[in-house]
Amino acid sequence: MATFKDFRNNVKPNWCPGCGDFSIQAAIQRAAANVGLEPESLAVISGIGCSGRISGYINAYGLHGIHGRALPIAQGVKLANRELTVIASGGDGDGFAIGMGHTVHAIRRNLDITYIVMDNQIYGLTKGQTSPRSAEGFKTKSTPEGSIESTLSPLEIAMSAGATFVAQSFSSDLKQLTSLIEAGLNHKGFSLINVFSPCVTFNKVNTYDWFKENIVNLEQFPDYDSSNRVAAMNKIMETNGLLTGLIYQNKERKPYEELVSGFRPEGLANQDIQLSREDFEKLVAEFK
Amino acid sequence: MISQLSWKIGGQQGEGVESTDRIFSTALNRLGYYLYGYRHFSSRIKGGHTNNKIRISTKPMRAISDDLDILVAFDQETIDLNAYELRTGGVVVADAKFNPTLPEGIDARLFPVPITSIAEDLGTSLMKNMVASGASWALLGLPLEVFNKAVEEEFGRKGPAIVEKNVEAVKRGADFVLELAGGPLEDFRLEEADGKQKLFTIGNENIGLGCVAAGARLMAAYPITPASEIMEYLIKKLPKFGGTVVQTEDEIAAVTMAIGANYAGVRTLTASAGPGLALMMEAIGLAGMTETPLVIVDTQRGGPSTGLPTKQEQSDLNAMVYGTHGEIPKVVIAPASIEDCFYDTIEAFNVAEQYQVPVIIMTDLQLSLGKQSCEALDYDQIKIERGKLVKDAPPLEDNKLFKRYEFTEDGISPRVLPGEKYGLHHVTGVEHDQEGRPSENSVNRLKMMDKRLNKLNNLYIRDGLRIDAPHETPDLLIVGMGSTGGTIDEARLRLEKDGLSTNHITVRQIHPFPTEQLTPYLEKAKQVLVIENNATAQLASQIKMHAGYGEKIRNLLKYDGNPFLPSDVYKACKELN
Ligand SMILES: Cc1ncc(C[n+]2csc(CCOP(=O)(O)OP(=O)(O)O)c2C)c(N)n1
Ligand code: SF4
Ligand SMILES: [Mg+2]
Repeated sequence: MATFKDFRNNVKPNWCPGCGDFSIQAAIQRAAANVGLEPESLAVISGIGCSGRISGYINAYGLHGIHGRALPIAQGVKLANRELTVIASGGDGDGFAIGMGHTVHAIRRNLDITYIVMDNQIYGLTKGQTSPRSAEGFKTKSTPEGSIESTLSPLEIAMSAGATFVAQSFSSDLKQLTSLIEAGLNHKGFSLINVFSPCVTFNKVNTYDWFKENIVNLEQFPDYDSSNRVAAMNKIMETNGLLTGLIYQNKERKPYEELVSGFRPEGLANQDIQLSREDFEKLVAEFK
Repeated sequence: MISQLSWKIGGQQGEGVESTDRIFSTALNRLGYYLYGYRHFSSRIKGGHTNNKIRISTKPMRAISDDLDILVAFDQETIDLNAYELRTGGVVVADAKFNPTLPEGIDARLFPVPITSIAEDLGTSLMKNMVASGASWALLGLPLEVFNKAVEEEFGRKGPAIVEKNVEAVKRGADFVLELAGGPLEDFRLEEADGKQKLFTIGNENIGLGCVAAGARLMAAYPITPASEIMEYLIKKLPKFGGTVVQTEDEIAAVTMAIGANYAGVRTLTASAGPGLALMMEAIGLAGMTETPLVIVDTQRGGPSTGLPTKQEQSDLNAMVYGTHGEIPKVVIAPASIEDCFYDTIEAFNVAEQYQVPVIIMTDLQLSLGKQSCEALDYDQIKIERGKLVKDAPPLEDNKLFKRYEFTEDGISPRVLPGEKYGLHHVTGVEHDQEGRPSENSVNRLKMMDKRLNKLNNLYIRDGLRIDAPHETPDLLIVGMGSTGGTIDEARLRLEKDGLSTNHITVRQIHPFPTEQLTPYLEKAKQVLVIENNATAQLASQIKMHAGYGEKIRNLLKYDGNPFLPSDVYKACKELN
């Protein structure tokens, strides 16, 4: 059985010291081991951004694609081989700006993928421009007088798109984050885990301290029922999206793979692709 | 007796034009005639003039004819728009309902048949198609039993009562027109065909079949004319083989999903037309950079922008060859016949995996959608070649990754699929080392660029050029691509009769350009005419850039939305000489 060390490689991340992304990397490695994965059975597909580098820092199969497209690539991987565990990951710009269309539709499609967003409310890699997650009034290089667009709520969008698993965490809370990633990996269907991951270099507002002061942990509400969609939506709105924990899970809905007609349990990539003469003749006969 | 004839049916979109054509041509196909169809349609679903034209022949004939023998009209507009095409002595079968008249100066026979009222008498105007096709059939003096067989096949599922009604509609249409015409038209009697039923299909379906045969099991696509039939075909077929089609949110998702699936080991395609291809460009670069096999079909239509979305054009060549930023290896294959659509699709998947590159299959609207006879397809030619795909790789030294991008003599590296025990490696669109790790080292950069760009140095696909060169030093070498070949050949027959010697080369490997193979033919020709459905001579530019001979090269361009007619080609060649 693999341990979290088996998911480490010897590549030194090029993140700034103190970047929130480090803990997310560690949490993924721990969760992968905790749920019993082997490095070769895991594919981490990431987008472009500081966060997008994550696929190169985990000892597993990894694909670092293009900006905003981690999800469709990840869905292609999962469709091709459902025996693999697939994690998609990237930044808030990657998933909620350029890739927002894919995020909504990946949620609707509900393939069994765990999507971890490293949300720092800013564009890190391009050195500090506004993101859809930036607060109104937030000053960045591209919004010198403060952002005048409303802040996007990925949790609300996910809920209304029919998400079957919605969670949020904070990169300092390694324990909660790891357990949520485990829950996401165990969930049969698409799981969205949005993680507050402070950018210490370009975001001087949403700092570690800021999050500690402002977020509420769902553990504070012992009666909270994460299978209740209305309660989930209410809680997100009540807390202005600044909550952590498992917000919603629908265990009833089957993942896409199980709904596709004719889809077999073994990975498609491992199946024989030779067309028999008999099947060929049948197909050709339809053209007569 | 005649050996070929052209028939056209026209009316408002949605009133049975398609089905009339389908039933009529299915019956002709049963008799063994060669058929070649052309659909004139617009983006509207209901309303708006539409027509289908078919060429019926005892020999293979792959061009729309210059003129028309029989026009079947559901409305006056059809007559007004199409009568000019009728040859002298042609025939118009028109619905008596609208008191049809021929435009002035048209020398044709008009047979008003109460198409709608016969159909309504039998219960529904939906049967107009049967009345119209029955009347056409009778005029040609063809055996009614054969037609009824086709009707039975079409409606058998719906029960004998429906079959009977339709057979009756056919009979009444036939009887009525024969009464008017005094029997079958003697000057329209077709020579008997060989009686061998041909495959009768469209390019898009042959591409779909080619995918199944090639072992493609996934498709990700976004609907667009004229590509959608490929996904519609595959969603019907793939589940039986364990696969599926995903209709994605856009073409960027489609192509990146295909990249992910190919990376994970399933042959996967996407298909679109120009607008979708434009959206895929960045991802094509990712496939090139990460050496991930990928097959994309671009069914060209009239551009730019939304352009002429239901019309013929061949204007995406530059986009296919040059599209994407930076420099990657890429293959563009242009099937030039209905059979090619099948075989080339298989080859595209093989090339994509053998060379680990994106491959674009270039068709055009006429090739993708024109329904036509197809020679028997050969199962024994289906070969699946997966190149340097490694299964059960041996253990690696401690802490080492699999050298997915290993420098090799031919530039092609071994490839393992995720899930492979000893195959861990990284994949990134960032410049990388042999294990796939990001690297900005300039020595590595040069080696990696050269490795990728030289992979295709020796690629030459089956019939990369299709050469029909009966003359050592022809007066004229005609060069074309895609669906234009049959039209060019038909014009050549006329030119030969006039004493003009021509050779004909169809460029099927568009990129990398087969310069070496083409040069000797350019050298020996007195003149070269490059024929293409675009305004800027994109194919001719490739030839001039790669092979030269600019002084000999002339262009015949057509970009009004219509395919070339044999007479277009004939005239252009005569004008040159
Ligand atoms: C098509 C495209 N447009 C723009 C860029 C430039 N770019 C790279 S990352 C990025 C945004 C990064 O922000 P985010 O996704 O939040 O990731 P972070 O760096 O904050 O982790 C941008 C705009 C790109 N790589 N590709
Ligand atoms: S710029 Fe910000 S997001 Fe990027 S590595 Fe540095 S701290 Fe992390
Ligand atoms: Mg960010």
